[in-house]
Amino acid sequence: MSAYLSIRNLSVSLRGGTRILRNVSLEVSASQVHGLVGESGAGKSMIGKAVLGTLPRGLNITGGQIWLDGVDLMTLPPKQWRAKIGATAALIPQDPMTALNPSKRIGPQITRRLVDILGWTNVRADARALALLGEVQIPDPARVMRSYPHELSGGMRQRVLIASAFAAEPKLIIADEPTTALDVMVQKQILKLIAQMQAMHGTALLFVTHDLGVVSKVCDTLSVLYAGKVVEEANMRRFFMRPIHPYSRALLAATPSYKDPTGSLTPVPDAVIAQVERDIAQHDTRNSA
Amino acid sequence: MIYRIRDLRLSFPDMVNKSLFGPAPRTPVLRGLSFDVPRGEVMGIVGGSGSGKSTLGRAMLRLIEPTSGSIEFDGVDITHATEATLRPLRPQFQMIFQDPMSSLNPRRNVGAIIAGPLRLQGLEGIAAHVDEALDMVGLTRLFAHRYPHELSGGQRQRVGIARAIALRPKFILADEIVSGLDVSSQAQVLNLLEDLVRDLGLTLVFISHDLSVIRRLCTRILVLHNGEIVEEAETAKLFDAPQAAYTRSLLDAIPLPDPDQFWA
Repeated sequence: MSAYLSIRNLSVSLRGGTRILRNVSLEVSASQVHGLVGESGAGKSMIGKAVLGTLPRGLNITGGQIWLDGVDLMTLPPKQWRAKIGATAALIPQDPMTALNPSKRIGPQITRRLVDILGWTNVRADARALALLGEVQIPDPARVMRSYPHELSGGMRQRVLIASAFAAEPKLIIADEPTTALDVMVQKQILKLIAQMQAMHGTALLFVTHDLGVVSKVCDTLSVLYAGKVVEEANMRRFFMRPIHPYSRALLAATPSYKDPTGSLTPVPDAVIAQVERDIAQHDTRNSA
Repeated sequence: MIYRIRDLRLSFPDMVNKSLFGPAPRTPVLRGLSFDVPRGEVMGIVGGSGSGKSTLGRAMLRLIEPTSGSIEFDGVDITHATEATLRPLRPQFQMIFQDPMSSLNPRRNVGAIIAGPLRLQGLEGIAAHVDEALDMVGLTRLFAHRYPHELSGGQRQRVGIARAIALRPKFILADEIVSGLDVSSQAQVLNLLEDLVRDLGLTLVFISHDLSVIRRLCTRILVLHNGEIVEEAETAKLFDAPQAAYTRSLLDAIPLPDPDQFWA
């Protein structure tokens, strides 16, 4: 099996039975960037959370398989699941302000995982953290190691989180809207940095975003989600040239592009939504039958 | 001119570097801005985070007081006007806020939220005004009985717009009002705003970090960087031939939904 992460028919439901993810399948190989696109509530973040085993309380995986590095995580007891994730996967979170502990210095926040989970010595972990802060182009890494999060700008904090994600040489990184909180110029630097680090380390990257512009800059392939269902899976170039699913086309039509200012902005038409919902309802009844 | 702004300066006290005794040093946020907003114009203000665009907006509506310079609204100098003098002027300039979840009172229903400013101004026939405002933003009158948490992001932002237009202002300031929305609701809100500007003859200043949105909506653009105006131009001119280096790098940083865009 070539894909590093392979999700097959994954379903996630709320305790009451409301379905959050419906038979989601996707694959990400080493050195590949796969985008997860959709509007809020589509379930794009939930896929990443399901893989990492960090689904919010009340949400449960109700079916499917998650193959990571040749192992089906679903067959593992929770403790081994966490051990496997800790050793092979990492997350770049959305909001650098809340992801870092405000009362702890940057250095220990990066090294703790290496020491506690991977059993590195403090000296080795410190050296690694210092090298990584250099890799993510932070000036004066030694000073930043001793800084508190509030002493850094938003862009710098996001760099710290990227360094932290790559610290244990993970094979898979899940980036959940990593640039949404940043302004465009910082966003550009951070996206380029993520792409560069990903290429250098040959990491498989699952990139969650609502911004089709960002997708076209960083992703090789993508899945478009609506109401927890993958409505289209595509190669990135093909997607922008010839989107197939009506919902994908509607999403592109609603995205403003300054290249074409006169082009009218069309909100996703109700007819398209109705069609997608009908498909999903049909799909659900077929599956339960 | 609906606004005439001359050499506007504003600084905040820097409490972190304040010495124990004596005054705090000041951090300049707006460093001498001069520009006009002509009647009927839809003007965009862009800039990165920390460029001072929101502070400028808040100063224009006199939610904060400038340090020096002058702001003239419709011929009246409001730079240092007291709250009592501002009160009768306020119905003429209104604001739509960035985050509808924190700018709408969660304990009041939509009707009460929209009625708030009308009541403060002591107007008659408030219920009729509220219904009319809801109509104008494309929400049915039943929404008056709902609470903010029951609404979607796009609907909440419509309530924010309804509250701003209920007083029939001449001028509206919209501060990043679509940045929290999905593309589809964003398109709806932008289309609505365009209609309102046309139908009500509004003058609009639209603050955003998103140049694609600004280009769609605005006729004239002001680029702000470090509290200074680096460029002011008509929309088409700014995009075709940006003069300032900062504007060029700002334009260059927008990720277009286009795999062939070159990203240096």
